[in-house]
Amino acid sequence: MPSTKKIPAFTALPGQLERLKDAIERYRDQPGAAMPVLQEAQNIFGYLPEEVQIEVAEGLGMSLSEVYGIVSFYAQFTLYPKGKTQVDVCMGTACYVKGAGEILERVERKLGCAAGEVTEDGMFSIDATRCIGACGLAPVMVVGGDVYGLLVPDEVDGILEKYM
Amino acid sequence: MEFIKNHILVCSGTGCGPSGGDKLVAAFQKAVREADLEKSVKIAKACCFGLCSQGPVVVVYPEGAYYTGLKAGDVGAIVREHILGGHMVSRLLYKEGEGDGGRALEDTAFFKKQVRVALRNCGNIDPEAIDEYIAYDGYQALARVVSTMTPGQVVDTIKASGLRGRGGGGFPTGRKWEFAMMQPPGQKYVCCNADEGDPGAFMDRSILEGDPHSILEAMTIAGYAIGADKGFLYVRAEYPVAVQRLQIAIQQARDYGLLGDNIFGADFSFDLNIRLGAGAFVCGEETALLTSIEGNRGEPRPRPPFPAVKGLFGKPTILNNVETYANIPWIILQGADAFARIGTERSNGTKVFALGGKITNTGLVEIPMGTTLREVIEEIGGGCPGDKAFKAAQTGGPSGGCIPAAHIDTPIEYDTLTALGSMMGSGGLIVMDEDNCMVDIAKFFLDFTVDESCGKCTPCRIGTKRLHQMLEKITSGNGTMADLDLMEELCEHIKSSSLCGLGQSAPNPVLSTLHYFRDEYEAHVREHRCPAHVCKALMRYIILDNCKGCTACARACPTEAITGKVKELHIIDQEKCIKCGACMDICKFNSVIKE
Repeated sequence: MPSTKKIPAFTALPGQLERLKDAIERYRDQPGAAMPVLQEAQNIFGYLPEEVQIEVAEGLGMSLSEVYGIVSFYAQFTLYPKGKTQVDVCMGTACYVKGAGEILERVERKLGCAAGEVTEDGMFSIDATRCIGACGLAPVMVVGGDVYGLLVPDEVDGILEKYM
Repeated sequence: MEFIKNHILVCSGTGCGPSGGDKLVAAFQKAVREADLEKSVKIAKACCFGLCSQGPVVVVYPEGAYYTGLKAGDVGAIVREHILGGHMVSRLLYKEGEGDGGRALEDTAFFKKQVRVALRNCGNIDPEAIDEYIAYDGYQALARVVSTMTPGQVVDTIKASGLRGRGGGGFPTGRKWEFAMMQPPGQKYVCCNADEGDPGAFMDRSILEGDPHSILEAMTIAGYAIGADKGFLYVRAEYPVAVQRLQIAIQQARDYGLLGDNIFGADFSFDLNIRLGAGAFVCGEETALLTSIEGNRGEPRPRPPFPAVKGLFGKPTILNNVETYANIPWIILQGADAFARIGTERSNGTKVFALGGKITNTGLVEIPMGTTLREVIEEIGGGCPGDKAFKAAQTGGPSGGCIPAAHIDTPIEYDTLTALGSMMGSGGLIVMDEDNCMVDIAKFFLDFTVDESCGKCTPCRIGTKRLHQMLEKITSGNGTMADLDLMEELCEHIKSSSLCGLGQSAPNPVLSTLHYFRDEYEAHVREHRCPAHVCKALMRYIILDNCKGCTACARACPTEAITGKVKELHIIDQEKCIKCGACMDICKFNSVIKE
């Protein structure tokens, strides 16, 4: 099913394309270069729009369909820009049995957007992530790189407000 | 010569670091400097002590004082009273229940039954300092192997130890190495599976964060044994701390000549590279992982040929899990017999488990094989919190099953767990209590496998989807008894005809819950009732007669489903209710219940 998400037009910031070309150059001769190059590309641009995939494909002598095949296979690669602050709610088993579902619901309600999407103002994106391995602190969420553990649903609003 | 009187070890693992461990290091440094103790007190980051839910954790030696849940404000008291005054700060020590005056790390029930082989250095050394690893006999095993043993002797030692793969499969490690060793000389590879995708498992992460050099040393030993000069560590990108510590460790090992050309002056060279995963559970399967390192979509390949014959880039390759490698240097130094003496007849050594879920002491434990589930859950784990009844333990993640309370006295071994319809898995052990719905748990795991199925083979791609739909039907109250039989039949087909381990084991969560908790499935189907009050379509919130009419619930309700006048009984409109539970959370009089 074609995605109905609106994708803003892609424009590279100064220096970004140079950094990508540099990454391609460094990995070009290594076997299995596509993965590390795409990982660097996502670090540079924040996501992997078609324009970036074309650059990578041409730089590594691959077809665009091969590159797209890799990008769409791995969950960490994203075709869409993320929000300014990333909210990850861990959905690992330990978190799930301790109520991560309720935590996610609170986050979605507070930010008015669903998991996998970006808020309309582009400030937040929410993801229900795979286990981040902090099971001792379940349930856990990560907001803008900060880890919040042993959560109860009532804490969620207050935590998110700190990033607004 | 400087004499270090006290060592302060601050946990800096993913469990403790974010909850304040990193700030504590800075606070201790400042306090020690101000007290002019810099010459006699050493502060180090170490991890993991295991008891993650009590973090951040700090251990002060020589006493082994075990401080938990510290805040930066507590640091002054520890330096003043403990370091200077010589008395442990008892109010900050870890306590086991009321009346416990606090105790040293080794004396806690959490630690007493543990035997630390794979985790031997975790929490004892600074993972970013190669000298500390060397001081704990690090790289001695490699020295002994390279200078006094033939590759055949190394393989024989590992075989004699009885070590089996700790990633889940349980294949004998020595035999795997032997296959690769017997391949004709030429390019070969040693790979490490650190793509710990099993949700609820974080043993490998803790070893990489706490003792990265042990993995480098073991991989180098493996390289010597099979005749490989290159290795790859495939690490989950979700583990940034582990990746960073591995990078530091690899650089230090290169600087010391422990990686690179002519290691220990011998005619043996070996070097390692890190490759990051990108979030695909199937890449934990060995052939898929190798395909991913090659830069492709991580889809599995049919076996045979096995990787030991034709693996990475078509060359003979061995792939072992992190915990498996962590055992290797210990086995070389202490001997295969010492290892074989731990554990049981068919499962030698120890196993690390990540205890999680509804259990008091969540965290990392290493136990001899053959320890019973009861010992792990009740004695080490401290049982379910809040006097709730233990219902089941889930092992093996999405590939495993649920072991019901009736089998709590089962000794933990590869074969006993398989016989119960579960598996050892990589070591996630999630405890569930009476509030967890087993149908919902099965659906949770199927949701995971549907999402993570790579799509290459039909039984897994479509079969898991159909299974998930049936579970959806049951949890929404529309299931029939015929669905249960159909599910069992479909499970058998998926198991027998999927290409790789992911698909072959994907039905296990359904089969094991159907087997042990069929009554719960039947309650969903026949009575349209979820006994644990989890499945939203089958439960509702109601307000009891003891409602005081405080209006708190009505104000908390996001959909304005609650009506009622002040000081009068409130009522929930079930049509409008979205079952978020906000009313139940806010009610001070326990008047809102689920039924």
